[in-house]
Amino acid sequence: MTEPGREVIRIRGLNKRFGSTHAVIDVDLDIRRGEVLALMGANGAGKSTLIKILCGVHPADSGTMEIDGEPVAFRSPLEACAAGIHTVHQIINDGVVQQLTVAENLALDEICRPEGPVLLSRSVITARAREIQAILGLDLPLGKAMSELGQAERQLVAIARALSHDPKVLILDEPTSSLSEAEAARLFTLIEDLRARGVAIIYISHRMSDIRRLADRAVVMRDGRTRAEFTRPLDFDGIVHAMVGHRLREGAHSAVAGGRTVVEIRDFALTPTSAPFDLDLREGEVVVLTGLIGAGKTEFADCLFGTATPHAGSVTIDGKPLRASSPQEAIAGGVFMAHEDRGNSSLVAEFSVLHNMTLPFLRQFSKLSLVVPDQERRAAVGQVSDLAIKCPSIDVPIGSLSGGNQQKVVLGRWLIQPCRLLILDEPFQGVDIGARQDIGRRLRETAAGRATLVICADLEEATEIADRIVVMRDFSVVGGHSVDGLSLDALVAEISGAGTHATFA
Amino acid sequence: MSTPSPNPASNPAAAAQAGATKSAFSFKDFVIKFGLLIILAVMIIVFWRLEPAFANARNMFSILQAVSVTALLALGVTVTLAIAGFDLSIGSTAAMSLMASSYVMVILNQGTFLAVVVCLLLGAFIGFLNGVLIVKGRIPDLLATLGMMFLLLGLQLIPTGGRSIAKGMTLSDGSAATGTFTDAFLALGRYRLFDLIPLPVIIMLVAAIILWVFMERSRYGRVLYAIGGNEKATRLAGAPVERYKIVAYMISGLFASIGGILLAARVGRGDVTSGLLNGLTMLNAPYYAQDFVKGLVLVFALLFTFGFASSQRR
Repeated sequence: MTEPGREVIRIRGLNKRFGSTHAVIDVDLDIRRGEVLALMGANGAGKSTLIKILCGVHPADSGTMEIDGEPVAFRSPLEACAAGIHTVHQIINDGVVQQLTVAENLALDEICRPEGPVLLSRSVITARAREIQAILGLDLPLGKAMSELGQAERQLVAIARALSHDPKVLILDEPTSSLSEAEAARLFTLIEDLRARGVAIIYISHRMSDIRRLADRAVVMRDGRTRAEFTRPLDFDGIVHAMVGHRLREGAHSAVAGGRTVVEIRDFALTPTSAPFDLDLREGEVVVLTGLIGAGKTEFADCLFGTATPHAGSVTIDGKPLRASSPQEAIAGGVFMAHEDRGNSSLVAEFSVLHNMTLPFLRQFSKLSLVVPDQERRAAVGQVSDLAIKCPSIDVPIGSLSGGNQQKVVLGRWLIQPCRLLILDEPFQGVDIGARQDIGRRLRETAAGRATLVICADLEEATEIADRIVVMRDFSVVGGHSVDGLSLDALVAEISGAGTHATFA
Repeated sequence: MSTPSPNPASNPAAAAQAGATKSAFSFKDFVIKFGLLIILAVMIIVFWRLEPAFANARNMFSILQAVSVTALLALGVTVTLAIAGFDLSIGSTAAMSLMASSYVMVILNQGTFLAVVVCLLLGAFIGFLNGVLIVKGRIPDLLATLGMMFLLLGLQLIPTGGRSIAKGMTLSDGSAATGTFTDAFLALGRYRLFDLIPLPVIIMLVAAIILWVFMERSRYGRVLYAIGGNEKATRLAGAPVERYKIVAYMISGLFASIGGILLAARVGRGDVTSGLLNGLTMLNAPYYAQDFVKGLVLVFALLFTFGFASSQRR
């Protein structure tokens, strides 16, 4: 046994590219025995890619990785497991087999071993399962089917299985995302126990309370790089700072107060346990909704666009109640939304720039149901020039455009027709700075006749476009600030939960 | 802390380059697009050189007439292909329509118009059922339409107790059927315009043109293609995706029933063995091997669809 505190993994100069995206840039990282390292960062910061390199899913493009001083380069997850790196993925049900019993799940690696015996007796499996749960001091109902277990117990089975291999490093990806408080507490006890045994734990989570309880050290990633490292006592505001933005842009524009109220949200509760809130969105004003991942921003927008139902509350648009149980009804009611993850949620890969742009509004360009090419093309060409979209022609496939230009096409689509409320969910993800500025400029230019709500976790991006910044935490709105005279510290405190709980109207 | 690195994708040169590679001539794309037409042209020329009578107009139209029913079925199924689905039940829908038209005329002693309308409604209804099974029942398209295929092959046998329908056939109560195929109905399959162009060929061409306009020029066709490309994005763009999918299967069923009507009009009897259009018989496959071949085709169809679908998922 090596002494505690010694480095298990030493990573130097790691790089990984996917096409034009540089997902991991020059990452150096040490992971020590008997510590819980919190790996933090917004979506797309490069955490998952780094983890996938660590557990053998992707090979690195360059850089070195040493385990206990030995250089390694994994070609498959199996090799990473053999070297002592085990991962419990975010989606628990990917890690367990529902139809098998708990005992069979615990002994699954034994069952699947190619050189193992062909016929397995129940007693052998049960004995092996007992052995494995003894390592953790667990007492699971071995004979029960996996599907009868709660989320936490399933999670424990997945972790127990990983631990049966006596791992050097255990990677836990959002382990508490589907657990209740009590279930999470049980998991924390287990993790603390593992730490005491000298296992190095990489803990990925967006829940500040988890980090507070467990982490010995926190590393924050942003735009593919490790941006900051924190040791105990952890500076939580500093962590949020490093995650969501390190500076505010001043003087880009002054706040527009907004005209009459378009959207009135009253007593809105996203879940049975979240605090109800009120929110008004006014004409001509760009409101940015910010907060950590898991704060409920997208869930809130989904309720407005008809793809989710809130627990309670009402929404009116121009005084009339919004009844949207599908995107079709939301669009008819004047609510347009450009979703996060444009590749899966907005664009049709086989379609041209033109056809992608006009998809929701074909009726407008049709006579007797036949599309009139002239009208359709004129509208698309207009958006291409207004948004400075770089494309050889509007007939090229959407996939031939860069990420920023694809995002401009998505925005252009929803600017073709006027609406009452335009929602953009993380419009700057995977978008370069030039395109980001074009999008922000056009968004503000066109804001006059509608209310605009932009979901954006990055504060630097938020201040570029916002008149007002509204903070969400724990599925509720906890504060709002005009962009004029904005205090970054107050904002960060609200995002991380150090501020007071207040309902904001 | 350093500033974020500029995204390489912002480089206009890179974007231009991507555009250039797209517009470049691709031999593979060309073969995929025009390969079949080139093979067809070569075949026509070869047959013509070997046997000059091949190219005479009457023979050409006979060939077209022979394929017009198959062509109608193929046209219908392209709509389900556009939404990234598939309809295996078109053959049995056509057979069902053939039996239904015979039943209406020979046994119920009704006229041409009613026979045609019943067939078209039946075809659209079968498509509707397929669509509902797939959209509401969440059954994979191939399995739903496969089930429908066997269901229809069995169902068409029930009204006549498994016998073919022909003029003067004995009914279950012992009397003879009084109805007959009307001349107008038979003309649908046999009449030749200018004594040259068979009516089925004209119907097939008109149907093809209508479908082309619908799929390529109307907004409905655009949305159907969009559903096939990215169903989620199309739903989030406000299209009632479920309704569109059901309509796609209805079109497929409708076209199959037109094919069935033309077949009935040409054959002039409700033949229960015409199940899969006897394409295999025409290929001289022995009757005892036909089920084996059908099974083989089905297995390969499933392999292609599911194998292809999973490789697309990455």
